Amino acid sequence: MEFLSPATWEEALAAKSARPDAVPIMGGTDVMVELNFDRRRPAALLDLTRVPELREWAPDGDRLRLGAGVPYAVIVDRLADRAPALALASRAVASPQIRNRGSVGGNLGGASPAGDAHPPLLATDAVVELASVRGVRRVPAREFYLGPRRTARSDDELIAAVLLPAPAGPQQFAKIGTRNAMVIAVASFALALDAGRRSAGTGIGSAGPTPLRAPEAEEFLAAEFDWAGGRPPSPAVAQEFGALVAAAARPIDDVRGSAAYRRHALSVLARRTLGWAAADYRREMAACG
Amino acid sequence: MTTPTPRTPVPVHSPREAPSPVHSPREAPPSPASSTPGGVGSSPRRPDGTLKVTGEFAYSSDMWMDDMLWGATLRSPHPHARIRGIDVTGAVRMPGVHAVLTHEDVPGEKRYGLEYRDQPVLAFGKVRYRGEPVAIVAADHPETARRALDRVRVDYEVLEPVSDPVRAAFDPDCPLVHEAGEDLPPAHPAHHRSGNRVRYQPVRTGAFADGATAAEVRALADVVVTGEYQVGMQDQAFLGPESGLAVPAEDGGVDLHIATQWLHVDQSQIAPCLGLPPEKVRLTLAGVGGAFGAREDMSMQVHACMLALRTGRPVKIVYNREESFHGHVHRHPARLRYEHGATRDGRLVYATAEIVLDGGAYASTTAAVVGVASSLGLGPYEIPHARVDAYGVYTTNPPCGAMRGFGAVQACFCYESQLDRLAAELGLHPVELRIRNAMSEGSRTATGQRVDMPLPMADMLRRAREMPMPPERAAAGPVDVRALPGGVANTSRGEGVRRGVGYGVGLKNLCFSEGFDDYSTARVRLEVVGGEPAVQVHTAAAEVGQGLVTIKGQIARTELGVERVTVLPSDTRVGSAGSSSASRQSYMTGGAVRAACLAVRARVFELVRAAGLVGDDHPDELLGLAGGKVVSGARGVLVSLADLLGASAVEETREFRHRATEMLDPTTGQGASHTQFGMCVHRAVVDVDVDLGLVKVVALDAVQDVGRVLHPQQLAGQIQGGSAQGLGLALMEEIQVSGSVIRNPSFTDYLIPTILDVPPMRIEVLEHPDPHAPYGLRGAGEPPTLSSTPAIVAAVRAATGRPLSRIPVRPEDIVGIERD
Ligand SMILES: Cc1cc2nc3c(=O)[nH]c(=O)nc-3n(C[C@H](O)[C@H](O)[C@H](O)COP(=O)(O)OP(=O)(O)OC[C@H]3O[C@@H](n4cnc5c(N)ncnc54)[C@H](O)[C@@H]3O)c2cc1C
Repeated sequence: MEFLSPATWEEALAAKSARPDAVPIMGGTDVMVELNFDRRRPAALLDLTRVPELREWAPDGDRLRLGAGVPYAVIVDRLADRAPALALASRAVASPQIRNRGSVGGNLGGASPAGDAHPPLLATDAVVELASVRGVRRVPAREFYLGPRRTARSDDELIAAVLLPAPAGPQQFAKIGTRNAMVIAVASFALALDAGRRSAGTGIGSAGPTPLRAPEAEEFLAAEFDWAGGRPPSPAVAQEFGALVAAAARPIDDVRGSAAYRRHALSVLARRTLGWAAADYRREMAACG
Repeated sequence: MTTPTPRTPVPVHSPREAPSPVHSPREAPPSPASSTPGGVGSSPRRPDGTLKVTGEFAYSSDMWMDDMLWGATLRSPHPHARIRGIDVTGAVRMPGVHAVLTHEDVPGEKRYGLEYRDQPVLAFGKVRYRGEPVAIVAADHPETARRALDRVRVDYEVLEPVSDPVRAAFDPDCPLVHEAGEDLPPAHPAHHRSGNRVRYQPVRTGAFADGATAAEVRALADVVVTGEYQVGMQDQAFLGPESGLAVPAEDGGVDLHIATQWLHVDQSQIAPCLGLPPEKVRLTLAGVGGAFGAREDMSMQVHACMLALRTGRPVKIVYNREESFHGHVHRHPARLRYEHGATRDGRLVYATAEIVLDGGAYASTTAAVVGVASSLGLGPYEIPHARVDAYGVYTTNPPCGAMRGFGAVQACFCYESQLDRLAAELGLHPVELRIRNAMSEGSRTATGQRVDMPLPMADMLRRAREMPMPPERAAAGPVDVRALPGGVANTSRGEGVRRGVGYGVGLKNLCFSEGFDDYSTARVRLEVVGGEPAVQVHTAAAEVGQGLVTIKGQIARTELGVERVTVLPSDTRVGSAGSSSASRQSYMTGGAVRAACLAVRARVFELVRAAGLVGDDHPDELLGLAGGKVVSGARGVLVSLADLLGASAVEETREFRHRATEMLDPTTGQGASHTQFGMCVHRAVVDVDVDLGLVKVVALDAVQDVGRVLHPQQLAGQIQGGSAQGLGLALMEEIQVSGSVIRNPSFTDYLIPTILDVPPMRIEVLEHPDPHAPYGLRGAGEPPTLSSTPAIVAAVRAATGRPLSRIPVRPEDIVGIERD
């Protein structure tokens, strides 16, 4: 196996273009598991840990540009105000050791439907920045996931960053696992309210072949939510929102849980996160006078 | 020849006290405290503790020799198939490959087994479980070895798996896992072996012994509860994978460095397979990364030795995690049916149990597990009329064998669930019902065995009930999601969360049972080193993390009054210590070390008399050893050991046996089959998110009688660890098997409790000495594993109102969604 270790982003892109079969490795928390379990024997590994840009974050217009290699621990500690749903999701990832190494870029690279970063990226309408020697393109997260572990990224491209819109309202994330820490999601859900556009975004994890949105639930909520006052949604609204989220899921039975449970749990998480988001909404309104 | 690294003796001198988390109300008068620092009753530091915490301890997988080869194992992809042929030519031809071996290359016996030799070293004829070893390879690099496996061609005729243990037990038309004419050794005549049954053991008392039917006995009760239960397959989940290093020796033998629970039983199985006399198969214990029963059966032992002998090079084998899930036995999953009848005032009248234990493809310890499940199947209750039928069967599921709690865990979940249902029917507090029917010293078990040691069950239950409750959850104010079900995954801020409380108590046999000649051997040497007395303790006992290495040093210090004690590495140069299982090593190897120390003492006193320091008729009882000196009650210090011994050493070896036990009668199940009984009581408090089916255990408090505390801190560790393992079985730990195939062979999907799942525990330790045991001690490792599971499930039932008859309890079960 060849081990490519570029020191700059340009070198990394050139290496990926020359060896499209090279497997990028950032935190290695997915790649090394695959190698150790002998599930994958790549001809080449492309080590990205020496590329400084991947670990940086900075404003990009009114968005936050988060380098693909920024570890979850940094998102939790430093970016909770600028990326609330993603920070909540990051906190729910694995253990401290894994959060110190694992990255959103790695989550997107593997594109497991159970990845915790995906629902917040979908709900907040984040954008994935892809780069190659051919140039840079920005693909909305909502168009990034194409099929089971298949994404819009081409073989010669690397994930450079994600662009996170400035929060324009409360964001929530919740995840089901059968133990209280260090667990891969049985189902997860993210919700983002946008007070300016009076719209709602959703993301569903671990309940379909890819991360999913619940468009009907979003439209329903945009119409029903009390954008002026943030009144607690009525039980009927919450119920219907939960039902629409559950209906958007396409879960299967597997070792982690049954399809029926996943749908049920999503409806509960959708109701609860809506209640919390509404409360946050009222609090934010009160704080703004 | 260079020797592999982890061979340095473990020094255990300069003990430092660690604080003890055990609250001990000390029922019995305090045991005579050891005058020697670091002796029995104190908490000296573990000699291997710092190394383990800092990551420097050499585990069996860390061993290395410069000229070693790496072994790898080809495993069956099918749970059940006939082997038509094996072609190794492609693998043999690969550069870097030094040997490719199949069953044809096994030099001696083709089968081995812990109790019953039915397991092929390498499969021949048939494979009977998915993952069964078929061929082995040695190569100069692990990757080369793995690639070589891909080039071995095995021609299989796939057969229908035998996956249903109930069918295997009762359906005469069920295909046989081990077919007739397979030339297996004869089974024990009392085991009722037939068809796929490895053992059937009935137990009958009272009217049932006289042939009464269930209907007749039922008429004696006012209230009857019945239940059907299911226990999933739990894994020991040790962290150190199966691994060892075999080094060929000049005498044609082999030295095996191995992580195991019992060196001599491995030796007694390896030698015949290699066609060598036992003395040519020498074993040394390598660093053991956890065991819990999973290392009682062999894994790669014979394979590594075969490859080493064939290639003339040291061979190391290390399983990876997925392989490990296929490479060791698991806890028997079980299907159980129970019926209990009681009078209106809460006296148990009768109980019946039918227990089917799935042993998987090979016998392993299934017969002994049936022996425990049958004899302790109804728990620590006085029941006039009892009927138990316990079956252990072959299937093509993963082989099952020993795990902490050994046959008593499955039953305990059921009888405790039954007691709770009965309490609910009778309108009694669950603790009250248990107290009314509690066994105590002098009671007889369902097998007619008299409990001839203290068993303060009623008192323990009362204590558990009276322990302070954890604070109620705050109704308002900021929430810390880590304290709620779901934890950091942020699923609830209190919505849907309900609290429940539950109790559990279990009875576990300690040490080996059913007539087994159970013994341990210790060699103790006292000599003067650098002007100071020093003791060496040598046994073959396996330190598997439980802390026996500390205990052996404590006992030597206490008995010989010498602080400086070195515990030598465990190996087969000294006699068998028996297994590090059945909670027996403090009792058995502790007993052997004590016996050897007493023999050394007696020899020292001889020297004192011979030197004329006291009269020839001065009895031993008036002499003592303390602070490195010989003392006499009347005259104080007589002589220092340094002066008395000079350049000579005193060495003694002793075997220690517990009292004899009996086989169970094959038709009535009567017999004093057990050595000692252990008991733990748990009270669990849980918060359940009833909408999502998630659980947070808020408190898991325990009362355990251990007879005598040898090392308070290690004892607390055993109780905490056993409780956590029971928590895992209650709520998450399950090897999911369908079509005889393991679906979750990884720690990604085989979940074991994290620190957020296990609450801080309050532990009350009682010390009612067992008159039969050294120091009055009682094995402590297993009882908490029994009782914590039913206590937690009872608490979840209390919070949810769901019947929950299957463990682990899944979120689906709590919210009421069907799952296969
Ligand atoms: C014990 C454990 C627990 C875990 N728990 C969770 C959990 O709770 N939730 C969760 O979501 N995940 C979990 N994971 C999975 C893993 O940690 C995450 O998917 C993480 O985000 C991967 O990031 P990484 O930087 O380590 O990726 P790597 O392992 O380095 O890479 C992952 C994939 O992305 C590709 N890749 C990486 N960087 C780039 C790039 N810049 N451009 C293109 N492709 C790239 C790689 O080629 C690979 O296919 C867990 C893993 C472990 C070992």
